[in-house]
Amino acid sequence: MSEYIIKNGHVFDPLQGIKGDKKDISIKDGKIVDKVSSSAKVIDAKDKTVMAGAVEIHAHIAGPKVNLGRIYRPEDKLFSCTPTHGMERMGGGASIPTTFKTGYEYAKMGYTTAMEAAMPPLFSRHVHEEIRDTPIIDEGAFPVFGNNWFVMEYLKNHEIENTAAYCAWLLRATKGYAIKIVNPGGTEAWGWGLNCLSIHDPVPYFDITPAEIIKGLIEANEYLGLPHSMHIHPNNLGNPGCYETTLDTLKLAEGFKAKNKFGREQVMHLTHTQFHSYKGTNWGDFESGAKEVTDYLNKNKNITIDTGNVTLDETTTMTADGPFEHHLCGLNHLKWANVDVELETAAGVVPYIYSPNISVCAIQWAIGLEIPLMMKDPMRCYITTDHPNAGPFTRYPRVIKWLMSTKARETQINAFKHKDKVLSQTSIGSLDREISLYELAQMTRAGPAKSLGLSAMCGGLKPGMDADVAVYNFNPDKPVANPDDIETAFSRCAAVFKSGVLVVQNGEIISTGNKRTLWVNAKVNDNPQVMRDISEKFVKFYSMTQNNYEALGHTFVPNPYAVEVDATHA
Amino acid sequence: METVTITMKNAPALYLEADNVSPDAFAGKTAAQIAELSVHEGNTTSTLGKYFEVIGNAGATAADTKIVVKGDVKKVKYLGFKMTAGELVIEGNTDLYVGAWMTGGKILAKGNIEAFAATAMKGGELIVEGNAGNYLGAAYRGDWRGMSGGKILVKGNAGSDIGMYMTGGEIVVNGNIDVHALTHAEGGKLVVKGNAKSKVGGQMVDGNIFILGTIDLMMPGFKYVDTVEQEVAGVKAKFAHFIGDMGERHKKKKGQVIYGNLYTRV
Repeated sequence: MSEYIIKNGHVFDPLQGIKGDKKDISIKDGKIVDKVSSSAKVIDAKDKTVMAGAVEIHAHIAGPKVNLGRIYRPEDKLFSCTPTHGMERMGGGASIPTTFKTGYEYAKMGYTTAMEAAMPPLFSRHVHEEIRDTPIIDEGAFPVFGNNWFVMEYLKNHEIENTAAYCAWLLRATKGYAIKIVNPGGTEAWGWGLNCLSIHDPVPYFDITPAEIIKGLIEANEYLGLPHSMHIHPNNLGNPGCYETTLDTLKLAEGFKAKNKFGREQVMHLTHTQFHSYKGTNWGDFESGAKEVTDYLNKNKNITIDTGNVTLDETTTMTADGPFEHHLCGLNHLKWANVDVELETAAGVVPYIYSPNISVCAIQWAIGLEIPLMMKDPMRCYITTDHPNAGPFTRYPRVIKWLMSTKARETQINAFKHKDKVLSQTSIGSLDREISLYELAQMTRAGPAKSLGLSAMCGGLKPGMDADVAVYNFNPDKPVANPDDIETAFSRCAAVFKSGVLVVQNGEIISTGNKRTLWVNAKVNDNPQVMRDISEKFVKFYSMTQNNYEALGHTFVPNPYAVEVDATHA
Repeated sequence: METVTITMKNAPALYLEADNVSPDAFAGKTAAQIAELSVHEGNTTSTLGKYFEVIGNAGATAADTKIVVKGDVKKVKYLGFKMTAGELVIEGNTDLYVGAWMTGGKILAKGNIEAFAATAMKGGELIVEGNAGNYLGAAYRGDWRGMSGGKILVKGNAGSDIGMYMTGGEIVVNGNIDVHALTHAEGGKLVVKGNAKSKVGGQMVDGNIFILGTIDLMMPGFKYVDTVEQEVAGVKAKFAHFIGDMGERHKKKKGQVIYGNLYTRV
C-alpha cells in the first residue's frame, strides 16, 4: 500500500488534544503512523483544516423501510438524479438517496463510518445487501430489540442472562452492531391499535412496561459488555409535552455504570433528542424543552445523545415507531406506509415538509440547535439529522454553519414567517455560543467513536489508528467573512482518506475504497433454554425457517469486521 | 419578439429528450449557440443542432422569444419544459411532457400531444388543437402536487387521469375524455364539452367539474344536491349539481364543509 503525508494542515484531534496546530499526518499501509519515507505522496493541506474521518452515529440509510421510501416516493428522485460521472455510478434521490449516492455523499463530506440506526432483524439480509452496495464508508447496523417477543418474555421475569444470550445470538445472526430500542413496547402495542406514551403504560398481552424493557436491556448490554450502549428512541416521540417522558426515560439509567473494554463510558444513548424535547400541551402553545433535557444531561454523565436537527427541507420520515407514523399521517394527510415485522418490530413511512413558514417547524429547528449549544460536553453530544427524519444527512454542512455562526442563525431566524413565535417559545435568540472546530471534531469524530466503542480504531489521528482523514478547504486562521463559506467548505472535502486509501480529491470520488461491515460477535455461555426458545418460536410463529434467517457469508457481508466481545461468565 | 424556428432534419432513432427547447433556455442566444444546446437520445447526450436546423436568434429574455417547432417531432419529448415566459408553437404531433412544470408563457400545439403534458403546471397557457394524452395537468408520479395554475384548452379529446391532484387552474376539453378525471383534486376547474367515461372526480375533496355531455358511470361517492343554471366556457345550461367524494376527508372553511362539485348537464 502507498504512503502519504498530509502536510502543513491545521489539525484538530480531540483524542490527542490537538487544537488546530500545524502538523503533518503520515499514512502507511492503511494506518496513521509517526513518519513515512521520503517517497510518500504529499497532500498539501496548507491553510486547510484536517480532522479524522467523521463518524455517523444514527441514520437510516439501508434496509427495507429506506427502500420502501425510495419505492413509494418517485418524486423524491425527480430533478435530483446524478448521471454516471468519473468513478461514480449514477445516483438519485434527495431525502432517500440510492445506496451509491449515499456512500458518495458521506465520503465527499468527510464521513468514513456510518451506523444504520434501525435494522428489523427479520430483514437483516436486505439491510446487509444495501450496506454492501453503499460504497466507501464502513457501516454497522443496529437491530431493534425494544418490541421483540423474546426480550419482553424474558424481561417480564427479569431474566437478564437469558436476555443477554438472546441479544448475543441475534447480533450474530443478523450481523448487528448494537442494541437499539424504538418506542419500547409501543410498537408492539400498535399491533393492538394502541401505543405506550409513557414509560409505565403496560404493553398489551406481554404485561410488561417500557421502563422494564429499557432497564432490562441496559442490564443485558452491560452484562455483555458491548462496544456501544443501549441506543434508545424513547416513547412519546414528537408530541408536545414529551420532554417529561424523555426525562423519565433518562432517569432509568441512574445507578448504572458502563462495563466494557472499549473505553465507552455511557450506559444509554438517547437519539434524535430534538424530537424528545418538546414542552407545551398542544401545537398552539408548543415550546422548547431543550433546557430541561440538557440540564439533566449536563448533570448525568452516563448518557450520550445525538441531536436530530431539523434542516427545513422536504423529507421522508421513517421509523420503527409504527404508531407515530400513523399519527403523523393524520397531521399532514400525505401518503402513509406501514409494515408489521412478525415477532420483532414494525415500521412506518410518511413524507414530511419542514416549512420555514410553519411555526412548529421553525421551533423544531430552533430546539435542534439549542440542544448542542446547551450541552456543556461536546464529547457526549453528536450532530445528526436522524436522516432522513428531520432532514437529509447531506445537510450536515448547513447544520455546522448554524452551530458555528450566530450570524447564520440570525439570518435564518429573520427569514422565518413566525419569527416572534420562535423567539418566544425557545431561547435560540439568546444563545451566543459558537461551536469551535475543536468542538466540532468532538461532536462528529472523537465523541461518536467513543460512544460506539470504536475510539481505538476511528474518530482520531493517533498513530496506529485506521487512516480515516478528511481535509477541508477551511482556514481556521482567517475570520469567516460569510457564514455560507462554512457550509461550502464542509460540503466537499479537498481530500478524504478511508483506511489509507485516497477516496476523495477536490470534492470528487476517485476510489470506492475498501468498505467494511462492522458487527459485534459476543461470546456467551451455552444457553440451551434460549436456543430451544428460538427454535420453538421459528417453528411456531415465524414465517421463515431459522436456517433462512441468518445474514451470513460472502453474499451478505462480503467484507466483515467483527468486534469480538468475550461475555462468558464463570 | 424574436422568432427562432427549429426544423427536424435528422429524425432520432430513439426518443429524443429535448428539455432545452424552451424560451428560457434559448433566451439571449444566437442560432449557432442554440444549436449547441444539449439533448439526450437514449443514454447519449448530443446537441440540438444534430437533429434540428435552427434559424433565427432568440430575444434577450424568455418573454421576448418565440419558438416555432417544425417537421416530424412525434418522437420528441419535453418541449417547453419548465418554461416561464415567451411562446412556443409546435406545428406537428409530439410526444410526452409538453409544457411540463411550466410556470408562464404560451404553448400552441397544432397537432396531437402525448401523455404528461403540463405536469404540475403552475401558470401560463397550453392550447392543443388536436388531442391530448393521459395525465394532462396531473401530478408527477407519486407526487401530491398537481396542476396549480394556468389554463389548458384541448380542442380535441383528452385521455385518462387528467388533472390528477389538481389544486388550481383550469382545463377545458372540447371533445371527450377517458376515465379518472380530477382524481384526488383539491381545487381547480375542469370543463368537458363532450362525454366522460367513468370515475370522474374519484377521491376529490375540492374543485369543480362540469360535464356538458354524459358520464357513462357515476362514482357512487357523489351526492345529488340541486339543479342549477350556470354559464360555463361560453355555454349556458342547466346542470345537476353533485358533491363529493363523500368517502374522503373534507376540509372546513368558516365552519362550512368544503366538497368537490360535479355538474352534469340535464
